[in-house]
Amino acid sequence: MYLEVKFAGFGGQGIMLAGKLLAEAAMMEGKQVVWIPSYGPEMRGGTAYCTVVIATKPIGSPIINNPANIVVMNRPSLEKFAPMMKPNGICLVNSSLIPITSGRNDIIEIRLPCNDVAIALNNPKAANMVALGGFVGLTQCVSIQSVEIAVKNEFHTKAKFIEPNIAAIRKGAELAVTDEVRVKYEGVKV
Amino acid sequence: MAKLLMKGNEAIAEAAIRAGAKHYFAYPITPQNEVSEYLSRRMPEVGGCFLQMESEVAVINTLFGAAAAGIRAFTTSSSPGISLMSEGLSYITAANLPTVVVNMCRAGPGLGGILPSQGDYRQMTKGGGHGDYHLIVLAPASVQEAVELMMLAFDLADKYRNPVGILADGLIGQMMEPVDFDALPKPTVYDKSDWITDGAKNREPHLIRTLFLDPVPGEIENRKRAEKYRQIEKNETRYEIYNLENHPKLVIVAFGTIARVCKTAIDELKTMGIEVGLFRPISLYPFPYTELMQVGEKAQMLLSVEMSNGQLIDDVKMAMQGKKPIHFYGRQGGIVPAPDEIVEEAKKLFNVS
Repeated sequence: MYLEVKFAGFGGQGIMLAGKLLAEAAMMEGKQVVWIPSYGPEMRGGTAYCTVVIATKPIGSPIINNPANIVVMNRPSLEKFAPMMKPNGICLVNSSLIPITSGRNDIIEIRLPCNDVAIALNNPKAANMVALGGFVGLTQCVSIQSVEIAVKNEFHTKAKFIEPNIAAIRKGAELAVTDEVRVKYEGVKV
Repeated sequence: MAKLLMKGNEAIAEAAIRAGAKHYFAYPITPQNEVSEYLSRRMPEVGGCFLQMESEVAVINTLFGAAAAGIRAFTTSSSPGISLMSEGLSYITAANLPTVVVNMCRAGPGLGGILPSQGDYRQMTKGGGHGDYHLIVLAPASVQEAVELMMLAFDLADKYRNPVGILADGLIGQMMEPVDFDALPKPTVYDKSDWITDGAKNREPHLIRTLFLDPVPGEIENRKRAEKYRQIEKNETRYEIYNLENHPKLVIVAFGTIARVCKTAIDELKTMGIEVGLFRPISLYPFPYTELMQVGEKAQMLLSVEMSNGQLIDDVKMAMQGKKPIHFYGRQGGIVPAPDEIVEEAKKLFNVS
């Protein structure tokens, strides 16, 4: 197994945390994992992103110029990273904030209204968790249970955030794998 | 305890604590500020002290004092900061004192940029400061290895009474990987009572000095240091080899971050039927000259891959003594080459398109 994904959005959307929780979950499952943040001048350009690589073999290059999968939370991120994607990957689009599509027909574009889902759950800040749940639900790269343990570890000093975030992750996982999506996703394995 | 997912900078900080470091002096610079952030909380927990100094010059001279008093002390910085510390490093070495200096190398020269680079290879291995001296220099390629080398650095510094440098880069500092602290060996405690300057009540005073106006004792001091370096060269060489089983015609030489990228490139080349090996020096000083010669002799050619304009290649040339052609591929300015760039470079050398 080898999976790479780039989470991207603007500062404050919880991009780094979403990636970190995925990495933690994979580590708990005994997988090899690398998490890399954006820290250079690109941080000043309005997009924050992190890359997560999960593998069963030791991970060589931690640098991914053309990500296999992306989770994009705002429009500039879609515009920047969708053209760089390898074919056949998943492009999870936060359709609450992104009115456009990637314009590519060789990738699987999943539109999930992360902010709207989070608002409906009365937890408007949890759009990142909805997206994370959506990506995990689609790819099954780690189990939702592992992500939930990662959430519990992350928020062990702020227990009141645990349940709402887990609820958002579960909802994202559930919505991302609706029948319509499943048809699109069929045949693609990560 | 299970594995922890940690940033390289934080992992290095924790490794220093576990190695028994009690004093940490630093001045902020990207991309290593997480070390100071972490230790501002962690040092007081172990009864240690973190002092943010007014400059890197103050940092290195405060380290000088702490080392003379026998305390495990260290600093972390990045390229321009290390330049400012170079004078002090020369003094600390002249005084035969142990300390550890981490360089999370960023793009240079000058203020450069904050992205990963290996442009300080020469600065770390061949001097920086004045006079006949060496740092022992260790170069990790992963967060786990950074932790292991950090702990080793304190032991080597005490064992040889010589400063040890860790040469990593912004990528190692910023990325998170799983770290296992449990499997690590316990730090060695060295008896320093016969030389430290910790108060001379009821005993003869100890003198630590670097000024030798009389050339005869001056030369004796330098000869003793040279003998120390011969011992270090004999005992402390470290390296890793990869994919040498099928006797590849091409061997890549690379260290740190870029060596990992090369491993991915080597795996890709293998799927194309092209065998390429890797020789990764872990100790940059002492450089594994003999070991590289033994590997390189069996190949047809070598390729030095660096995030610099060609610095490691000088040591590759020294190792190979003109016996094999040595090629170079490098990126600068903070760019980490992708595996496919290295694949292309190797294919060119094999005349495959």
